[in-house]
Amino acid sequence: MEKELKQFTVSVYTENNIGLLNRISAIFQRRHINIESINSSVSEIESVSRWTIVVNLSEEQMKKIIGQIEKQVEVIKAYYHTEEEIIYQESCIFKMKSDLLFDERQIQNIIKDSNARIVTVNRQFFVIEKSGRKEEIELLHRELSVFGIMQFTRSGRISVSKEEMKISKMLAAFNH
Amino acid sequence: MKETQTIENKATNTQQTERISGSEAIVRCLLAEGVDIIYGYPGGAIMPVYDELYKYQDKIHHVLTRHEQGATHSAQGYARISGKVGVAMATSGPGATNLVTGIADAQIDSTPMVCITGQVASHLLGSDAFQETDIVGISTPVTKWNHQITKASEIPEVMAKAFYIAKSGRPGPVLIDITKDAQFEEFDFVYEKCTGVRSYKPVPETDIKSVEAAAELINNAKKPLVVWGQGVILSEAEEAFKAFIEKAGIPSAWTILGVSAIPTEHPLNVGMLGMHGNYAPNVLTNECDVLIAIGMRFDDRVTGKLDEYAQQAKVIHFEIDPAEVDKNVKTDVAVLGDAKASLEAILPFIHKNTHTEWHQKFKDLYEIEYEKVIKHDLHPTKEGLTMGEVLHQINLESKGEAAIVSDVGQHQMIACRYAKFNQTKSNITSGGLGTMGFGLPAAIGAKMAAPEREVVSISGDGGYQMTIQELGTIFQQKTAVKIVVLNNDFLGMVRQWQQLFFDKRYASTEMTNPDFVAIAKGYYINARRVTKREELAEAVAEMMASKEAYFLEVCVEKEGNVFPMVPSGASVSDIRLS
Repeated sequence: MEKELKQFTVSVYTENNIGLLNRISAIFQRRHINIESINSSVSEIESVSRWTIVVNLSEEQMKKIIGQIEKQVEVIKAYYHTEEEIIYQESCIFKMKSDLLFDERQIQNIIKDSNARIVTVNRQFFVIEKSGRKEEIELLHRELSVFGIMQFTRSGRISVSKEEMKISKMLAAFNH
Repeated sequence: MKETQTIENKATNTQQTERISGSEAIVRCLLAEGVDIIYGYPGGAIMPVYDELYKYQDKIHHVLTRHEQGATHSAQGYARISGKVGVAMATSGPGATNLVTGIADAQIDSTPMVCITGQVASHLLGSDAFQETDIVGISTPVTKWNHQITKASEIPEVMAKAFYIAKSGRPGPVLIDITKDAQFEEFDFVYEKCTGVRSYKPVPETDIKSVEAAAELINNAKKPLVVWGQGVILSEAEEAFKAFIEKAGIPSAWTILGVSAIPTEHPLNVGMLGMHGNYAPNVLTNECDVLIAIGMRFDDRVTGKLDEYAQQAKVIHFEIDPAEVDKNVKTDVAVLGDAKASLEAILPFIHKNTHTEWHQKFKDLYEIEYEKVIKHDLHPTKEGLTMGEVLHQINLESKGEAAIVSDVGQHQMIACRYAKFNQTKSNITSGGLGTMGFGLPAAIGAKMAAPEREVVSISGDGGYQMTIQELGTIFQQKTAVKIVVLNNDFLGMVRQWQQLFFDKRYASTEMTNPDFVAIAKGYYINARRVTKREELAEAVAEMMASKEAYFLEVCVEKEGNVFPMVPSGASVSDIRLS
């Protein structure tokens, strides 16, 4: 624990299988490591799932955990990256009182300046959606919270790496 | 065996299908995988499979253990002595949860095992139905792979995959949970063996550069030390291993799962590593210049304090599991791959050597250990039987040909330290998990897998009582295991720690024991109790000569301690002799 903690984004390519979430999250849980965010989706390859997991760890710990993840039978490959090595987005949704749109005109400027988007408006409330980097979302949250937020939620991080991750090649090699 | 071949031929040559039930398919899959014995316990959710086992009883022998935990340990014993996949079966709910200890044990000790559990019908999943438990969720962290089957058509592929995964690469346990409706459902059966899973690479490729780099370090070493583990046995690398250490002339020490890979009497064998291992290899771990680890994982019981473990040495790690490299000990050269293939690859690069002076250091330290510890363990003159002298008598009778199955605790350390082995796969014990109760059922599985061999189960009075009911299995199956209980009326290892580190506060370690001889006789097993040294040799001889199961209780000194000892958290070179 004396080692310096860094934020890493883990990308895991897996078979799409029930129970894999349990298997992967148990690797972190067993070592008392908190998962900052986790996202599972389809990937660029048909029938292959892709996980994006954000954790704070020392690099040494991170390497060992990648080994443990890759060891799982249904994991095709796992990678870890620092923030500089990836392009990532997170998204968030705010639900706010519709009155504010008229009473607090600067809200409209905040939305415009932050490149957020109004998804829907009705008499009672309106919904703002924003995708971006973590700091941008945090800034928008700070700016809007002074007006009162009815509901707020943020998604897990999704990311792509700047470097190639040679999954297709690996899978092709298996088929031969 | 014939039946197995016909099924395989049908599957691979003609791809003909047959309409059968899911439960029959399970049995046919087991046959196709060459399974001859399974250990288990029936119950509601697995009854259709048992009904098929009844029909196939001339081809598969089902052994009814007295507890599902016993079934897993028997399957483990079977696997460890034969190298084949052990199979255990249980019903849903408590049947399944009772398997968990054995599964965890097989996971940490890399034992190939397939567990099959029944599950409530798929429409009842998640409804808290009678005997429903989420065994897939429960077993996830302790299995190499697990899967729930809800449709009969999945059975052949999943079963084939289960056996492939359990046995290949670094072996481990696999659990397959099958809902009751899938067992009843009929489908068109065809079986194909699994030869690969695309997301799973059982054996990493060996990089020839790493082999050359390792060879260079070994050839230039002045004081090399080999530490080997079960990987040598699991990859059947015994001959390659012997050729390697003999050519390089390197003193070699073992983990308790690695012992028996080469005969105990081999001149390069310098003994056991770790907490209760031998003096020389522990002390000299911190003096060697190149440490060559082969098929072992630097368990904390082996390394002691990591910061003071072989810091002066260059470390080479021959390892099949990439996740083990640099996990506990930083390596200078990692040779990934199967131990046998890697050792065969390195042999031509190795220069012949003898390291005579370096060997002398091991001999000198052995003499110290012999005078201070071994002599008193094996040839005691004081009153009170020692565990060591019992092992010594067993060695005299077995001449190193017996398989020794130990439980967990003081007797286990004594058994591993002193048992003599001529054959590989002969030391069967619960290493990583330290499962008390492992020994007796594991001995049953070992004896059934290798009926021609002498199998001696050695337990303490504590662990023995955790699975004592398996005497019923021994009686029913007429399994000719020899059962030794080294009784000190204590949970001896914990008591030893209490004596050394807790000012002799013997909290809940003293046992008021039953009449073990009467219990064995209750199961119609020949039994004898020894309390005096004069009777020991003759009693052991009588036991070993018995053609049937035999129970021998030896009442040993109550407060005997196991030395040497690396205290928890200390460096291996700070090993204590008293």
